[in-house]
Amino acid sequence: MATLRFTQDHEWVRQDGDTATVGITDYAQEQLGDVVYVELPEVGRQVERGKEAAVVESAKAASEVYAPVSGEIVAVNDVLAGDPAQVNADAMGGGWFMQIRLSDPKELDGLMDEAAYKAFVAEQH
Amino acid sequence: MRYLPLTDADRRDMLAAIGAASIDELFADVPKAAQRDGLVDLPKAMGELEVERRLSAMAEKNVAAGSVPFFIGGGAYRHHVPAAVDHLIQRGEFLTSYTPYQPEVSQGTLQYLFEFQTQVALLTGMEVANASLYDGATACAEAVAMANRVTRRNKAVLSGGLHPHYRSVCETYARFAGNELDAQDPAPLLIKGAGGEDLAARIDADTACVVVQNPDFYGEIRDVSALAQICHDKGALLVVVVTEVLSLGAITPPGAMGADIVAAEGQSIGNALNFGGPYVGLFATRDKFVRQMPGRLAGQTVDAEGRRGWVLTLSTREQHIRREKATSNICTNSGLCALAFTIHLSLLGEEGLTGLARLNHAAAVAAAERLAEMPGVRLVNHSFFNEFTVRLPRPAAPVVEKLAERGVLGGIPVSRFYPERADLADLLLVATTETVTEDDIARFAAALTEVLQ
Repeated sequence: MATLRFTQDHEWVRQDGDTATVGITDYAQEQLGDVVYVELPEVGRQVERGKEAAVVESAKAASEVYAPVSGEIVAVNDVLAGDPAQVNADAMGGGWFMQIRLSDPKELDGLMDEAAYKAFVAEQH
Repeated sequence: MRYLPLTDADRRDMLAAIGAASIDELFADVPKAAQRDGLVDLPKAMGELEVERRLSAMAEKNVAAGSVPFFIGGGAYRHHVPAAVDHLIQRGEFLTSYTPYQPEVSQGTLQYLFEFQTQVALLTGMEVANASLYDGATACAEAVAMANRVTRRNKAVLSGGLHPHYRSVCETYARFAGNELDAQDPAPLLIKGAGGEDLAARIDADTACVVVQNPDFYGEIRDVSALAQICHDKGALLVVVVTEVLSLGAITPPGAMGADIVAAEGQSIGNALNFGGPYVGLFATRDKFVRQMPGRLAGQTVDAEGRRGWVLTLSTREQHIRREKATSNICTNSGLCALAFTIHLSLLGEEGLTGLARLNHAAAVAAAERLAEMPGVRLVNHSFFNEFTVRLPRPAAPVVEKLAERGVLGGIPVSRFYPERADLADLLLVATTETVTEDDIARFAAALTEVLQ
């Protein structure tokens, strides 16, 4: 069964076997406003947990998206190149950013589950 | 705005707030040797008329570009700027406005920047241009930095025909950004024994870009189409530098030869020599790289009621928002110089531009033919626009000094840029714009004959 986890930087990670799909949360897309551009990493690149992996740009800001887990990029969401608004429309689904082959699945244990993330977001207000 | 100096009480309050007893105590960390006691020894105040007289006497020691036959180029060119340009840019709305921090209230500024960008893109044959950078040299260094971002590589191959000042600015950037430069030998390609440069052979897996100037520092016109293809095959970008933008009125633009980035000096259009600055850097690239482009970009849009208007777009890439992750530390532009460029180019129009370019080339051909006739003087170039290089029978620097004594500013000795290179000492760079008359060329030739005797 897929495990859904969240980071304090508002990324989500859905683990499925030895890979994980990563995107930004609904809260994050709401804060950014209209997403106009997403810069994705190259497939095959090694990313390290907590280091910059992508950039998301809205009409008012450009922000880094950090890799929530370490590993190799095995796929990126090419749909976002032509339709970055997918991030706003469906942040947790069609607006995914990249898939990472996990180098250490245990890293997921350090992240928040959905209930903890909801509490974390509530605390921000 | 009035100038309101600090009162003694203000100073006391500020010192008390930071806990210093006196100004001297505040500056205690500055070494004694770097401090100056008392005032600089300046002459006593003088009346305006007296000051004017003194300064005029000092100014008369200069040989002004417009007062004698003038053949100096090397990246800064004397052209005729129509009086309308100066008149228009001196309107208060333009002259005193600073880079718009609340851009959309400055629709006039944004509109002329948009028109400037359109002109630069058309001239260079590229898809998108920014609202200008400081000058050609910073534009060149920014192009190298941008190529590194786009390719995620770290090395730039610089042609030996790149203006040495441009190379030097690239070196300054590289020293602090940590990227690598592979600068080629500066001997002109066509000098016997120099062997030319094989830029394609220098490209490896770390090469982000190859930087070539056209026309090059020696005035030679190059076809970079084949090089562009090789760069692209090897995953590198081709950066084309243009120091004499007027050449684009006559020769194939870099965009048509496959350039990925064009970095140019725009001074020649609309701007006087200005003692070396301020100038205006032109920067153009392909649409697909626009998000990695440095500087400001004015965009055209429509408001809620469908009316045409302008905005600053992609500012989210700039320093005031993205801090150290910004595409460049430059988030301003040479607004007034860009405006002068735009007004001059608008006055010229396409026909005027090509006509002016033809005049320049014709004057240069006349001068080159006249000089090459002289015994011992040889034209180095195969092709050129309005600037060429000649080899003199002896070192060029003292010859230029003697020409100046005879009231002719006869070009730039290459040794001024490469004093350590004996093989380049006899080379003289000669620029001939539309401001040069037949009589100027005749006086140049006569003075040179005398000097070389």
